[in-house]
Amino acid sequence: MLYDVIVVGGGPAGLAAALEAKKNGAESILVIERDAELGGILNQCIHNGFGLHTFKEELTGPEYADRYIKMLEGTGIEVMLNTMVLDITEDKTVYAMNKEQGYMNIAGKSIILGMGCRERTRGAIAVPGDRPAGVFSAGAAQRYVNIEGYMVGKKVLILGSGDIGLIMARRMSLEGAEVVACVELCPYSNGLNRNIVQCLNDYNIPLYLSHTITNIKGKERVEEVTIMKVNDDTKQPIPGTEIKFDVDTVLLSVGLIPENELSRGVGLEMDPRTSGPVVYENMETSIEGIFASGNVLHVHDLVDFVSAESAKAGKSAAEYVKNGAADATGTISVKAGTGANAIVPQKIRPANVDKLVEVFFRPVNVYGTSAIKVMAGDKVLSTFKREHMVPAEMEKIVIPKKFLEQVEGNEITISIEA
Amino acid sequence: MTELICIVCPKGCHLKVDEENGYKVTGNGCPRGAEYGQKELVNPTRTITSTVRINGKTARRVPVKTSADFPKGKIFDVMAELDKVDAKAPIKVGDVIIENVCGLGVDIVAAKDID
Repeated sequence: MLYDVIVVGGGPAGLAAALEAKKNGAESILVIERDAELGGILNQCIHNGFGLHTFKEELTGPEYADRYIKMLEGTGIEVMLNTMVLDITEDKTVYAMNKEQGYMNIAGKSIILGMGCRERTRGAIAVPGDRPAGVFSAGAAQRYVNIEGYMVGKKVLILGSGDIGLIMARRMSLEGAEVVACVELCPYSNGLNRNIVQCLNDYNIPLYLSHTITNIKGKERVEEVTIMKVNDDTKQPIPGTEIKFDVDTVLLSVGLIPENELSRGVGLEMDPRTSGPVVYENMETSIEGIFASGNVLHVHDLVDFVSAESAKAGKSAAEYVKNGAADATGTISVKAGTGANAIVPQKIRPANVDKLVEVFFRPVNVYGTSAIKVMAGDKVLSTFKREHMVPAEMEKIVIPKKFLEQVEGNEITISIEA
Repeated sequence: MTELICIVCPKGCHLKVDEENGYKVTGNGCPRGAEYGQKELVNPTRTITSTVRINGKTARRVPVKTSADFPKGKIFDVMAELDKVDAKAPIKVGDVIIENVCGLGVDIVAAKDID
């Protein structure tokens, strides 16, 4: 059996990609998921706020997943659950295994990578101190509480103010734990403003900006955590600013890392800024016929954006199966100038752009009234005004095809002017 | 004048509410923001999401949500009701698990199919 499209991962990215590939004419599609159910991380994200863009209503994570899972019914898209992909190769063979079928080689004409991301751990940020029980990544705690039904602690301190940390602050409070502090290294929060309001302020949880954990004490279980204020430039703790908390649990919400072992294994060109593969305007990676989308490509703020990007990947895979390789004449590299980081897509093939191309990036800092400039050499291609930008919120700009045709070199730069 | 951050959607508009002029809201990106700004100062409400016990084939918990927002001060009363529930599988998205919880006029509904 030779599949038109093999999708690795049955989370929001994989589901949207598979459906859109089907709509655009791909006939045989296989989704491979390592968990026992589809939906990926949405299953444990029981809070609401999902779907405002995709479905024009506010859904919980499981409901958002449910909509997509039900859309699969009757499409003929095949799903393999409890199946781990071990390797993929340039000829688009997927090596996978599960308990029933054992080891399999599955051949595809195209592959879409939708493996998502994983959490950074205590080791990755080198939090000093003892190694007692009671230190969890926020997502692991979320799974224990929301899916397994176990409380992970009674008195909790949260390091990191990303959305998962904020959501877990509220979740633990609702379930009866006392959340004593949310501690953030940066001088600003890394979560959405609404989550500061409805997850911290509503439950009187103090947010300590420009602070970090400098010690964790505890023999069997966490007993005491020390935090200190940091210098905003050097991020070094300032002596004399210690605050001690008696807590039994520390949750870490300190960032997500795209899960790209398979991408590296097959030799995709990677972008150190996004920790994901380098992609073209249609989500195609450096190997033709292999596409990537969702959090495996770059970490998104909203699942709605994952779905939209993955639909693009799904459509592109179907087109690749139909038409073969895209015309790469005059490929333009998209570079980050001052103030911009983690740009996707990194490369644009103007001949393969229909009307416009959407470019995503993160500002490196907090900006008030400012302008995003797209430059080709010294020439300004377009300017986008913004009232407010923060690193926690991904920016999107739309570059029309006619602007791309004016580019004389092979490079454009995106920068922010305050 | 009170400044608020709108929590209606992930956009998080910066609202200004003028108490002296009939709670007129500015800075909102949509009508829902105006409604939120006014409500937040007069009678703040929230929806909540949580889980309840269930005897599913593989699942031990089913995610639930309130069908609409209700006064913020009643959040922990609603949570206490959820602790008492033993839902029976199978259950479908949207099934009502508790009708008119705490007499607040909102229901607790399932957010996932559980076999």
